[in-house]
Amino acid sequence: MKRHPLAGTAAQSAQSGRFQQLRRRKDRVAGRLITVGGVAVMGAMLLILVYLAGVVAPLFVGASTQTEGLGERPGWADSTRLLDLDERGDLGVRIDDRGTLTVFRVPGLDVLDQLDIGLDDNVSVSTVARDPSRPGLIAIGTEDGRVHLVAYDIERQPGAPGTPRPVSVTLDFPLDEVPRYFAPTAIDRLTLSDRDERLVVAAVAGRLLAVETGRRQVNFLTGDATFDMKLAQVELPFEPVGLVIDGNHRWVTVGDAAGRLHRFTLPGLAADQVLRVSEQPLTALAGLVGDVSLLAADASGVVTQAFPVRDDSGRQELRVIRRFESLGEPVSALLPERRRRGFVAVGEHGALGIYHSTAGQRVWQGRLPLDTSAALAFGPRAEQLLQLAEDGGVARLLIHNRHPEVTFATLWRKIWYENYPEPRHVWQSTAANVDFEPKFSLSPLVLGTLKATLYAMLFAVPVALLGATYTAVFMAPALRRKVKPAIELMAALPTVILGFLAGLWLAPFVERHLAGLLVMAALLPLGLLTFSYAWSQGPLRRGLKWTRGWEPVLLIPVIVSLMALALWLADPLQQWVVGGDLREWLSQEAGISYDQRNAIIVGIAMGISVIPIIYSIAEDALYAVPAHLSDGSLALGATRWQSLVRIVLPTASPGIFSGLMLGMGRAVGETMIVLMATGNTPIMDWNPLEGMRTLSANIAIEMPEASVASTHFRVLFLSALVLFVFTFVVNTAAELVRQRLRKRYASL
Amino acid sequence: MRASLSDIRAWFGKGTPWIWLQASAVSFSLVLLGGLLVLIAVRGLSHFWPAPLEEWVVRDGQGTQTVLVGQVHRSEWVDAGRLREAGVVVPADIDRVRRHLLKTGNRDLTGRDFTWVLDPDIQARTRPDSLLVLERSQWGVFFGRLAGIREDGVLQDLSGHPWASLTQRVRRAASLRERIATLENKDLASVNYRVNRLERDRQALIDAAAPDQLADALIDLEAERITLQAEFDGYAAELESLYVEINRDSLLMTTPGGEEVEAPMGVVLDAWRPNHMATAEKLGHYLGKLWSFLSDAPREANTEGGIFPALFGTVLMVVLMSLFVTPLGVIAAVYLREYATQGWLTQLIRISVNNLAGVPSIVYGVFGLGFFIYFIGGGIDRLLFSESLPTPTFGTGGLFWASLTLALLTLPVVIVSTEEGLSRIPRSVREGSLALGATRWETLWRTILPMATPGIMTGVILAVARAAGEVAPLMLVGVVKLAPALPLDGDFPFLHLERKFMHLGFHIYDVGFQSPNVEASRPLVYATALLLVAITLVLNLTAVAIRNRLRERYRSLEAQ
Repeated sequence: MKRHPLAGTAAQSAQSGRFQQLRRRKDRVAGRLITVGGVAVMGAMLLILVYLAGVVAPLFVGASTQTEGLGERPGWADSTRLLDLDERGDLGVRIDDRGTLTVFRVPGLDVLDQLDIGLDDNVSVSTVARDPSRPGLIAIGTEDGRVHLVAYDIERQPGAPGTPRPVSVTLDFPLDEVPRYFAPTAIDRLTLSDRDERLVVAAVAGRLLAVETGRRQVNFLTGDATFDMKLAQVELPFEPVGLVIDGNHRWVTVGDAAGRLHRFTLPGLAADQVLRVSEQPLTALAGLVGDVSLLAADASGVVTQAFPVRDDSGRQELRVIRRFESLGEPVSALLPERRRRGFVAVGEHGALGIYHSTAGQRVWQGRLPLDTSAALAFGPRAEQLLQLAEDGGVARLLIHNRHPEVTFATLWRKIWYENYPEPRHVWQSTAANVDFEPKFSLSPLVLGTLKATLYAMLFAVPVALLGATYTAVFMAPALRRKVKPAIELMAALPTVILGFLAGLWLAPFVERHLAGLLVMAALLPLGLLTFSYAWSQGPLRRGLKWTRGWEPVLLIPVIVSLMALALWLADPLQQWVVGGDLREWLSQEAGISYDQRNAIIVGIAMGISVIPIIYSIAEDALYAVPAHLSDGSLALGATRWQSLVRIVLPTASPGIFSGLMLGMGRAVGETMIVLMATGNTPIMDWNPLEGMRTLSANIAIEMPEASVASTHFRVLFLSALVLFVFTFVVNTAAELVRQRLRKRYASL
Repeated sequence: MRASLSDIRAWFGKGTPWIWLQASAVSFSLVLLGGLLVLIAVRGLSHFWPAPLEEWVVRDGQGTQTVLVGQVHRSEWVDAGRLREAGVVVPADIDRVRRHLLKTGNRDLTGRDFTWVLDPDIQARTRPDSLLVLERSQWGVFFGRLAGIREDGVLQDLSGHPWASLTQRVRRAASLRERIATLENKDLASVNYRVNRLERDRQALIDAAAPDQLADALIDLEAERITLQAEFDGYAAELESLYVEINRDSLLMTTPGGEEVEAPMGVVLDAWRPNHMATAEKLGHYLGKLWSFLSDAPREANTEGGIFPALFGTVLMVVLMSLFVTPLGVIAAVYLREYATQGWLTQLIRISVNNLAGVPSIVYGVFGLGFFIYFIGGGIDRLLFSESLPTPTFGTGGLFWASLTLALLTLPVVIVSTEEGLSRIPRSVREGSLALGATRWETLWRTILPMATPGIMTGVILAVARAAGEVAPLMLVGVVKLAPALPLDGDFPFLHLERKFMHLGFHIYDVGFQSPNVEASRPLVYATALLLVAITLVLNLTAVAIRNRLRERYRSLEAQ
């Protein structure tokens, strides 16, 4: 900056120079801060997008694994009959052929405790099974055909911080300490299930199927529990492979070498159903958590899932549900997860596949850490697979498989869930029981959102657009100055109030006056047309001049009286047409179910919140159409109506479109109204007399309960992301259209 | 009126009917708006009016005769057939019957608040002056007659002025109750808060301090704890004596059925005789009830009492939010209007602003929950409040996160409105200032921003109105149905940003939809709704008024 000719002395000028410098620096700093602040707005939007996407992303990241060698235990190789992992996954349990239970640390393999179950000296253990639903309960089968039931409990003792805590193991015998005879020959295969006070132990010895069932009896005086066990036996006409007890204790299912499943009823062991699941011989059989679904693996490496489906006669018929991608070699073992509906399939030659049944997908495919396996144990949270090789080597596979249940198909397509008669779109994220199959289909929620939006738009669009046209084109300016802000004020009504009125006032009102509402819908336009014809043609036509531009004021009392008339007429009308109450007639005669809080209620309430948005933007666009265009057409002899339809509407159409888009965006994301004015049942149905659950209401209902970083939590974030992206597209489109419109007006 | 078909056809041909239909759409919208407002106002305001108490002698279908006392809640016509199906005995010769929902109160005795009564069953309707309403701190209201008053268990002589004696005792109890409330909510709560703080300090000390200093510091803390304990004991003793004092009197009441029950004064909040009141008296009562609705805390799971904590929480949240949103919004608008060269970047920012305005509010809630609470709040907890983990301090919903989330939500409102304000300032003003040698910043700070103040104000007011009515995101980031303490109190640091708070909108949702006794609490919900509507409408109208004034002002500026 040049110095002013009238500037003072050098000292003054030096001071002033410093001052100028300060001013300039201030200016620069302010400029930078403001720029940062401005760009930060865009940053905020990007942050929302990126953060939501970041939370959602792990849903679609596949599984990964890590191999870890743990050492050698040559003495274990031949003698191990069962390998198991404790609830926390840091303790291992091994049962050997002499009936000794060993507790060891994982991954250290140092033995912490050893207990003898107390078998006779000359008897050795042929097979051991653990109860899939009750940790610590095992059944031990012996070479002489007996079965021994043992429950072990590992208790961690308090120890010095930082060091591993010592453990103490106790044994308990739920039946009695004397082993029970099941068969004359060695027990080949064993399984058990203790649920809801009922115990089932099933064994296969040669071709003999032997099952003991019983109910827990509690002695009221001593509090001791005993089981009244009853044994049933049946000779199998086939070579048995695998054995699974149904979770509800209704059946026991055995596989055979011809690819069939044989189901027997409990407790009588009557042959119930034979189902062919494969052309190949079956090699392994297992139940998914809950033991409703059966998994059968065959010699070609294909795993098939089957579960009972209720048929027309009410019979629970076992049916093949889905097949999984082949493992590529015969499957030797199927290990189900204990909490989710996942499982691993282990091949004869060491191949390993991690699957998820609901998703129907193979999440990971690879090999076991060691080539041969004498025993395998699957971690309780499916976080590791412990392997003991035939040469005594021990290794484990650490598995990171956080969200196997979510795929594109489970989110959007029909999935056949357990206990459902056919594949369906279902949203049911939580339930009381532990072995519940979560159902994360976004389809019913998206459909609900679209349904609510549709009915709201059906109500709002005609009212808003007709009103906007009148206000912009025909209304007297003095009236417009009052009416436009009044209608825009509707947008300021908190939606929680609209929702509350819809749910607690409108819904019962419509329930009582459903017929009245229908009559109103018909009577309003008809009555209004009749009135206006009478007004403009009849003896009152002199009024026409001063009512021009003021018609809405005139029509308010007409509308109110027509509404009252409709309510008054409704009763005799419905008596006459359907001979009673319309709602009852609908449910009884027409078979249409009626929810008190239904789509009509939502349509009206949400329509009220959408009307002012569409109205305001469309009116702005229509009002901005240059007057000389319509004036020109009027001068050429067009009527007011013709000029509107041919000139004004087409010119303003992009603005109207953008208003519609914004209104739709608002309806899609609206939460409180749908939350309060519907029953929030996620159904796939367009029936206007039934409710729905929308994406946004679903978030509001379930987000507070979802545990952080769980699949449920991330799926809810996904639905928020869907909403975000949808409104983003709609808003950007509307904005671009509006900008084009602005340019067009500029050129006119 | 003889209208031939051709007349009608001509009329349609000119398009006139469509214009009338368009006009009716405007009227329809206005009817909707007006109807809504009238509905809320009537329902919300009528709740506090002392409705007359009626005494009915009812003989039902089985011939049993009962005496009911209550207020008619609503009446409706129903199909007699449907009632018969439901097992109600209705006289044989009628199709439709009128029935009344009578609010009978006395929930502790009858187990319910309301009874349906068929109109034909009513044998006699009277409005005796002696009927009394007791507002109680539990079990809702009581309807009946005063039979006597006991003081210290001794029946008092009420031959002179039973009513005067009653009101005087009610007033005495009210002042005692006020003292109890202060003790419980202020003094005891404060001691409690300090004890908790002390405990946290102790934990932090044990975690962090060197062992040699630890002992001394712990002794100091222990001394402090002992003084606090003494303070606590003092308050507790006073509280106990107050409770004895307030229950000195008790009321002997006769129920409509003729039984006699005793109500200790500790539960009686107010008593009045609606049938005996003159209009002026009723008006006074009405205003008093309106005031206590605004100033009292809720009772009985929010279904009775006032809404003060919700009102307070809403206002505080909104004030905090405007502190965040105003500078941000103004800076962004100034950048867009005054600093940025118009190009693709400003285009992108404008699209962002528009999108932020259109993103559903629940998405902001999800973002606030994930990013603010779990990510940032969890981080703050690990850094600064590790001693109280795993109990989260900032890692859970609270006032601070709620206002921050809503600030993000309302940012576009402030930006758009400020931009409009800026755009109305004539170029000449800026050019004049720059020509006089002012820097851009000086021009902005001394000239443009002061002139844009009405625009900024409009934006902030609209943002506040929006935030006051927003509920969905708040449900995820810190609103609760019942907050144990206000976020602002006398304990350092006075403003507790991490506390959960109550909100009018959520109160409506919670009481209207989650309450166990919807029918009884409904009038209260209408009143709350009316308050919320009034707040948002007043704010909006103010914003519109300011905007209009602004327009006028710059119109004259531009004209010069």
